[in-house]
Amino acid sequence: MATQPGEVQAALSRRYGAGFVTDIESHSLPPGLDEDTIRALSAIKEEPEWMTEWRLAAYRRWLKMTPPNWAHLKLGPIDFQAISYYSAPKNKPKSLDEVDPKLLETYDKLGVPLHERAKLAGVAVDAVFDSVSVANTAREQLAKVGVIFCSMSEAIREHGELVRQYLGTVVPQGDNFFAALNSAVFSDGSFVFIPKGVRCPMELSTYFRINAGHTGQFERTLIIAEESSVVSYLEGCTAPMRDENQLHAAVVELVALEKANIKYSTVQNWYPGDENGKGGIYNFVTKRGECRGDDSRITWTQVETGSAITWKYPSCVLRGDRSVGEFHSVALTNHFQQADTGTKMIHIGRDTKSKIVSKGISAGRSQNSYRGLVKVEKGALNARNHTRCDSILIGKKCGSHTFPYMEVKNPTAIVEHEATTSKISDDQLFYCRSRGIGEEDAVSMIVDGFCKQVFRELPMEFAVEAKKLLEVSLEGAIG
Amino acid sequence: MLKIENLHVRVAGKEILKGLSLEAKAGEVHAIMGPNGAGKSTLGNVLAGRPGYEATQGTVTFDGRNLLEMEPEARAAAGVFLAFQYPVEIPGVNNTYFLRAALNAQRKARGGSELDSMQFLKLVREKVREMGMTPELLNRAVNEGFSGGEKKRNEVFQMALLEPRLAILDETDSGLDIDALKQVAAGVNSLRSPERAFLVITHYQRLLDYIVPDFVHVLADGRIVESGDAQLARELEAHGYAWVRERAPAEARA
Repeated sequence: MATQPGEVQAALSRRYGAGFVTDIESHSLPPGLDEDTIRALSAIKEEPEWMTEWRLAAYRRWLKMTPPNWAHLKLGPIDFQAISYYSAPKNKPKSLDEVDPKLLETYDKLGVPLHERAKLAGVAVDAVFDSVSVANTAREQLAKVGVIFCSMSEAIREHGELVRQYLGTVVPQGDNFFAALNSAVFSDGSFVFIPKGVRCPMELSTYFRINAGHTGQFERTLIIAEESSVVSYLEGCTAPMRDENQLHAAVVELVALEKANIKYSTVQNWYPGDENGKGGIYNFVTKRGECRGDDSRITWTQVETGSAITWKYPSCVLRGDRSVGEFHSVALTNHFQQADTGTKMIHIGRDTKSKIVSKGISAGRSQNSYRGLVKVEKGALNARNHTRCDSILIGKKCGSHTFPYMEVKNPTAIVEHEATTSKISDDQLFYCRSRGIGEEDAVSMIVDGFCKQVFRELPMEFAVEAKKLLEVSLEGAIG
Repeated sequence: MLKIENLHVRVAGKEILKGLSLEAKAGEVHAIMGPNGAGKSTLGNVLAGRPGYEATQGTVTFDGRNLLEMEPEARAAAGVFLAFQYPVEIPGVNNTYFLRAALNAQRKARGGSELDSMQFLKLVREKVREMGMTPELLNRAVNEGFSGGEKKRNEVFQMALLEPRLAILDETDSGLDIDALKQVAAGVNSLRSPERAFLVITHYQRLLDYIVPDFVHVLADGRIVESGDAQLARELEAHGYAWVRERAPAEARA
């Protein structure tokens, strides 16, 4: 009576909306990785000696490491020698006017009109096209209050001492296989510095985009919020259609000093592969924030709908007393997508609090896992954690898994965990349809309601985008 | 408007309706009464198109169209509305947002224009006034945490907003205290119109004290065994369903 299998197939095979490739000549290093590649990369980027050495040290550690295999993911071996570790648009523009119109067109297709966004929405956009930042807006306005918002490459050249002081202090070089690789070969990324007492006057936002084929992207982001400063940062991602799997191994480090507040939001829409599970981005990311100072706060909010494989655990190290870590997540998987995502909350300081809200949505033949660690160290008196994991299943062939880990070494801790798994009920679906709402709209409406708690955490304009993204990702997901 | 002929319906492999026939014209209010298990709710559900309710024989036409072939959302757009016996909760979905999505989906399906937020808000305010609806309920998630009475009033409010041509009330009186019942009945009465037909499904006669029907049908064992006017409901109240059963076999055989 409801949807026929054929219709589902037809709808499921809808083409990925952002699947196009911009025809711009790329300046790339040949595939392969050794110490010479790293030296060449560092030289292209005109990096100081210490940076080159830092990369090489990371590379040497990486050589001794093996890829992790504990995640609930099916993944073939990755040939790291087949990847090109540097790819950049040839002509580096100095301002928006110099940006290749074709590139701007690409952003327009993705709904990122740079000029308008910067002005209308009060957002400073630092757009990363492949590996090099091509545009950076509203920087002057930021500079007035002492905020530094630039590409990582520029930061290494212009603010070397700051970078050197903080880089790798939250995610050490040898933290894990992909973090070590990133430390060795990272191409570019964003650098944010908010000086003491400054409330950043606008939302900071970066759009990452993977473009050249065979090019792994190794973003490196570092955000430093000094005492009593406040910043909200959003990254949004989408990639064009590609046949080969593309590796993406980013590292994001956040440092919050005393009373600082960092909000980091992600809307991720990378190409998830086609209906047969072919192609798509491998997203292996290490994101970690450290509440280094007392009374500091870090909030991660993520909406993940893309990538073939996602391996990602934005974490908070709650070192300062009374510091607070939050993690709000919506992870949606469809077709053959696999996601193993969650968070780690490490309580070290006294009276630290953490909150985890995870909403998993699985459709098609996808597998969606929540993996979370709440760790309370010995000295963490009166630590509090509340974790809530809800999963919703659409169809019969998908899977949802929850792996909560807890390590509590202080008896004063209170750690709570709630988890639910449900299916979109036939009653809900029929109720909507009997009011005239079509089946697909009904599903996205129900899922949107399910995710409300997380969407509320997103900056206003991105909450709308996130909702749209879910609708697109869910089209034809009923079966 | 609605014509049901010899309708047989199977649910989970079991035949529930066994040759039901009924005709309702615009402006009429038909009460469907009967004991538990007679097939009253099945009738409402099969008309609204609930999946799993399979018509094995007979026909249902609505304004000349074959209703049984239409998807539930198409029936809604054509003007069929079922007020649920157990309205469904949709957590996180704002009630006003839901109503607007429903109304606009129907308008679009009928080839009309969609209402923008301002137009819709104006309409909602109007209906809130007319129906004496608690505005606060509109700001909450659909039916989430509503009391039994609030859910039923929300159903009637939806009906007022969607303005169906055929409104089916499935035991809208169940679980209501007398005050709530009066409120719901007043809401329904205000929606009676020469263009609109009602099927009022109920177990008890008391609802019919407030919504006075033009016709009363008694459903037993999947068939209409007795039809009459409002007086029939009162006789039922006095004698119980056993009274119909005693009379029914002779007529059913005839």
